[in-house]
Amino acid sequence: MVKRLSPWLLAGPATLLVLIFLIFPVGSTLFATLTDAKGWLAPYMAFFNSSLRRTVLMRTIEISLITTVISVVLGFIAAYVVAHMPGRLKSIMIIAAVFPLLTGVVVRSFAWLILLGKNGILNSALLSLGLIAEPFSMLYTKGAVIAAMVYLFVPLMILTLAGVLEGIPRDVVEAASSLGAKPFAVFRQVILPLAMPGLIIGAVLVFTGSFTSYATPQLLGGERQMMMGTFLYQRAMVTFDWTGASTVAAIMVVVTIAIVVLMTRLARRMNPMAA
Amino acid sequence: MQTKLHPALIAIASLIFLILIAPLFIILGAAVSDTPFLTFPPQGFTLKWFSNIFQIEAFRTTAITSLQIAFLGTFLALLIGIPAAYALNRFKIRLPSWLSNVFVLPILVPEIVLGFSLMKNITIGLQLPVYTTLLLGHTLLVLPYAVRVVGASLASFDFSIEEAAISLGCPPLKTFLTVVLPNISAGVVAAFILAFITSINDVSISLFLTGPGVSTLPIQILAHMEQFFDPTIASVSVLLMLLTVGVMAIVEATLGLTFLTK
Repeated sequence: MVKRLSPWLLAGPATLLVLIFLIFPVGSTLFATLTDAKGWLAPYMAFFNSSLRRTVLMRTIEISLITTVISVVLGFIAAYVVAHMPGRLKSIMIIAAVFPLLTGVVVRSFAWLILLGKNGILNSALLSLGLIAEPFSMLYTKGAVIAAMVYLFVPLMILTLAGVLEGIPRDVVEAASSLGAKPFAVFRQVILPLAMPGLIIGAVLVFTGSFTSYATPQLLGGERQMMMGTFLYQRAMVTFDWTGASTVAAIMVVVTIAIVVLMTRLARRMNPMAA
Repeated sequence: MQTKLHPALIAIASLIFLILIAPLFIILGAAVSDTPFLTFPPQGFTLKWFSNIFQIEAFRTTAITSLQIAFLGTFLALLIGIPAAYALNRFKIRLPSWLSNVFVLPILVPEIVLGFSLMKNITIGLQLPVYTTLLLGHTLLVLPYAVRVVGASLASFDFSIEEAAISLGCPPLKTFLTVVLPNISAGVVAAFILAFITSINDVSISLFLTGPGVSTLPIQILAHMEQFFDPTIASVSVLLMLLTVGVMAIVEATLGLTFLTK
C-alpha cells in the first residue's frame, strides 16, 4: 500500500503547492472576468470598446514583436561567433552574456535610464560632438523601451542559440560545402533549418518576456508608453478597478499560453533531426 | 561547423558584447560621481553614496527581507521539488503523464499575473499575512528550477545503483541521502543558484505581494527612484552586481559557466 502511494507522497507537496497557490488564484482571477453586473463577457467588451485599452494592447504587441526580431538577429550573430570561437575567447564571450543575465531587470533598466537621460552619456556625447545644441529627452519613447528590452533579452538569445549552434554536427556543414555549396547557401539550407527549433524557442521566450514585462516599460516608457504589465498594475493599484485588471491579466495569460503552445508545436515539427 | 568567420561578423559580435557590458560600467561610474544627481562620465570621486545606502533604513530592511525570502523560498522549493523530481523520474510509469506539466505552469503563467492573483485571492481572499504570500509566491517562482534542473540530473542517474543499496538492506531515506543525493549534487547546486538569483532580482511577483512593512530590495529601488534620482541607486546597483560576480564565481568553481549554455 505504502509502496503504491509513495510516488504520490513524494510528488504530492509540490503538486499541492501549484494547485492551491497557482491554479486556484489564477483560475479564479480568470473566472472573475467571464461575467460582471452588465452580463457575460462584459469585461472584455469594455476592454475592446475602449480605444485607450486597445492602444495599450497593440503597443505591447508592437514593442514585443520589434524586440523579438532585433533580439533574434543580434543574438544569432553573437551566438554564431561564440560557437566558432576557440576555448578562451568563447568563455569570455559567455561571461559577457551571463553577467547581464544574472544582473536583475531593475539594475539593467536603470543603466538605460542613465544612458538616455538628460545628463546621460548619449546626450553628453552628442553635445560635445556639436550634433545637438541642447540635451533632448530620449526617455519615455517607444525607442527607449525597445532599446532597453533588446538589451534585456539578447543575452538570453545568445545562450539559447550558442548551445544549439554548437550542437550542429561539423560533418554536415563540411559535407554541404565540399559538395559545392556557397557559404550563404550553407547558412540558408543547412545551418538555419537546423537552428530553427532553438530560434523559435528563443523567440518565444523573448516575445512572452516582453509582452508581460513590468519594470522596463515602467522605468523607460512611463505613462506615455504604457504596456500591458504597467497597465495591469495601474488598474489594480491606482484606480482599484480589479475587474479591469483581471481582464488585462486574462488577456496576458491567453496570449502567452497560445504563443507558447503554437510555437513549441511548430518548433517540434520543424526539427529536421527528429524525423 | 565551419571554423572560418567573416571579419565583419566578428566585428559585429564584438560590438554586441561590448554593448552588453558597457551599461554596467556606466552604473559603476555614476555610483562614484561626486554630484548629487546621476551623471556619466563621473565628476570627481566619492564613496559617500555607498555609505548613504546604509543610512537609509528602507534599504537595510528590504535587503534583509530579500535575502530571507530568497533563501527560504529556494529552500522550500528544493525541499518539495527534489522529491517531486525524484518521483517523476523514478516512478515514470506509475504517475500520470500530465503531472510533469504541472511544474511548467509557474513558467507559463506571466509573473505579474501570478503576483496580482496571489494578492487578490490569497492575501486578501484568504487573509494570509503579506510575508507568507510573498514567500509562497517566490517558492512557486523558483519551483520549476528545482523540479527541472534536478530532474535533468536524475534523468542521467542509474537507478540500479539505488536498488543495489536497498537490496543490501539500506533503508530508503538513507539510500536517497547517501547514494542518490551525492550523484545529483551538481544539479541541486545549479538549481539553488538559479533559484536564488531569480528570487533576489524579482520584480513582477513581489510588486503585488509587498505591503506596509514588508518589501523587497528591487521594489524599494523602484520606489526610491521615483522620489529621488540620486547616485544612491547606482551604488545599490553596484552592490547587486557584486552579488552577481560572487554567484558567477561559485558557478565557475562548481559547475563551470558553460553549463548555462546547455
